[in-house]
Amino acid sequence: MVTGADPDGGIVLSHLSKSYGAVCAVRSLDLAIAPGETVALLGPNGAGKTTTIDMMLGLTRPDRGTISVFGLPPAKAVRAGWVGGMLQTGSPLDHLRVRELVALTASYYPAPLGVDDVLRLTGADAFAGQWTTRLSGGQAQRVRFAAALVGEPDLLLLDEPTAGIDVEGRHDFWHSMRDIAGQGKTVVFATHYLEEADAYADRIVLIARGEVVADGPATEIKAQASSRTIRATLPDADTTELRALPGVRAADRHGDAIILSCSDADTALRALLGACPGARDIEVRGGNLEEAFMELTAEKSDPAVDVMEATR
Amino acid sequence: MSSSTHFRYEVLRVLRNRVFHAVTLALPLVLFFGVASGQRHATFNGTSFPLYFMTAMAVYGSMFAALGPGARIARDISGGWIRQLRITPLRAPTDLVAKVASAYLLALPTLVLLYLAGALLGVRLAASQWLEMTGLILVGLVPFVIIGFVVGYLMPVDALTPALGGIVVLFSLFGGVYGFELAKSGLMFDVMKALPSYWLVQAGKSVAVSGGGWPGQAWLVIAIWTVVLVPIAGLAYRRNTARA
Repeated sequence: MVTGADPDGGIVLSHLSKSYGAVCAVRSLDLAIAPGETVALLGPNGAGKTTTIDMMLGLTRPDRGTISVFGLPPAKAVRAGWVGGMLQTGSPLDHLRVRELVALTASYYPAPLGVDDVLRLTGADAFAGQWTTRLSGGQAQRVRFAAALVGEPDLLLLDEPTAGIDVEGRHDFWHSMRDIAGQGKTVVFATHYLEEADAYADRIVLIARGEVVADGPATEIKAQASSRTIRATLPDADTTELRALPGVRAADRHGDAIILSCSDADTALRALLGACPGARDIEVRGGNLEEAFMELTAEKSDPAVDVMEATR
Repeated sequence: MSSSTHFRYEVLRVLRNRVFHAVTLALPLVLFFGVASGQRHATFNGTSFPLYFMTAMAVYGSMFAALGPGARIARDISGGWIRQLRITPLRAPTDLVAKVASAYLLALPTLVLLYLAGALLGVRLAASQWLEMTGLILVGLVPFVIIGFVVGYLMPVDALTPALGGIVVLFSLFGGVYGFELAKSGLMFDVMKALPSYWLVQAGKSVAVSGGGWPGQAWLVIAIWTVVLVPIAGLAYRRNTARA
């Protein structure tokens, strides 16, 4: 047992801040992750996900704030072999075969998994004899996944693990991931795919502009995020009044048409008809998670930019 | 945790690099026979030309081996895998020791090959003299190993080949590695004698003719280069880790 270790302490980020020049990547971020949890850091590009993960891995030093990984600072937890990381970049070392690279990585850890087991688990066994410089994008991703797993870490940090991978590859990846998360490991992964966060995480932490904007179980975040929309023709309506109606979260007008984003569309509709009997051409549309996600993470100054990035 | 595995793979990666063999083995060997076979009985600088040029070519090839770890570092940085290494329990000193040891191990075949080539052209030394010369060359390579690290950490990978090539050419030209000396006296000669490559080439003569190995000046030059380069390499390393 390493001095200061606290296996039940999980991972605690407090008041974490990091700026690059004038750009503030992470601002006073607080987050506590329990052992065994699978957490998705969800957010658009530039939200601060990678910076947060790099700080948890000890690769980047925070300007302010602290991180505790099972009671230790990140660098010490890494040195103890408790942490496995899958970074966004990293073309594997040259002049090695896939199996050799995984075996080499295993040799750094005090109690690694069997190299064959890891190759099979990650699907890298199919090309174990291949030179590392001759891999496709999907194969290289599996190798990086194998390198993250082979040390049998308690904490897995995955930075956009499926970026640039085709649909089938993604499916295979998350299939393997499920087996691993089921073994009681703590898993934190960054993604800008809402479906991934929804399907594979116990808990979603929504990050935008370096801050946590929502945090909770996937179902809760979905409920919070998923809104239904009421459209109607209602000339001369006052959007401020409309916004004040029960069940309405936002109101917009486009010419004679109004659009109400609702947290509770039923209540909102009754209130709307009571307040504005003149409303016609009424349409109630189901919630779209992707839209809701954009709404929660959108940049206040220029929503269009984030919307485009979030949907990429 | 086994640091021997890391060392083994460091060596393996180099052994699989065909260009490495061409530059550290084939090139010096071809140059040696090409230049020295016509001058088997010539003397140069108070010793036989084959002995002088055998040492020079052994130094030439092993200089590339010494710079090798730096070249690998630059490639690992550019590929991004160095960040992956930093999030494993592998310690920086373990990595450093493995890289330096691999450079020395990989310099040995060059020396042995050139000694055999030298013997073919009539170089005769006592066993103790071969060993002493080898010892001097290994010590004289220390500054080159460190220069490799500095270049590897600071240079982008596309600038690496010209940078290392330029360094080898400069040190070889001014050190007398190419089989001629730019000066016999004066300021230029002083400059030459301030270079580790000059004393590396002198290793053969110091052992075979003068006896007793290098003069004090040689040790001083190697020591000063080492003492000056170590903190520079440290700064280069820290600059790189800060950036990552």
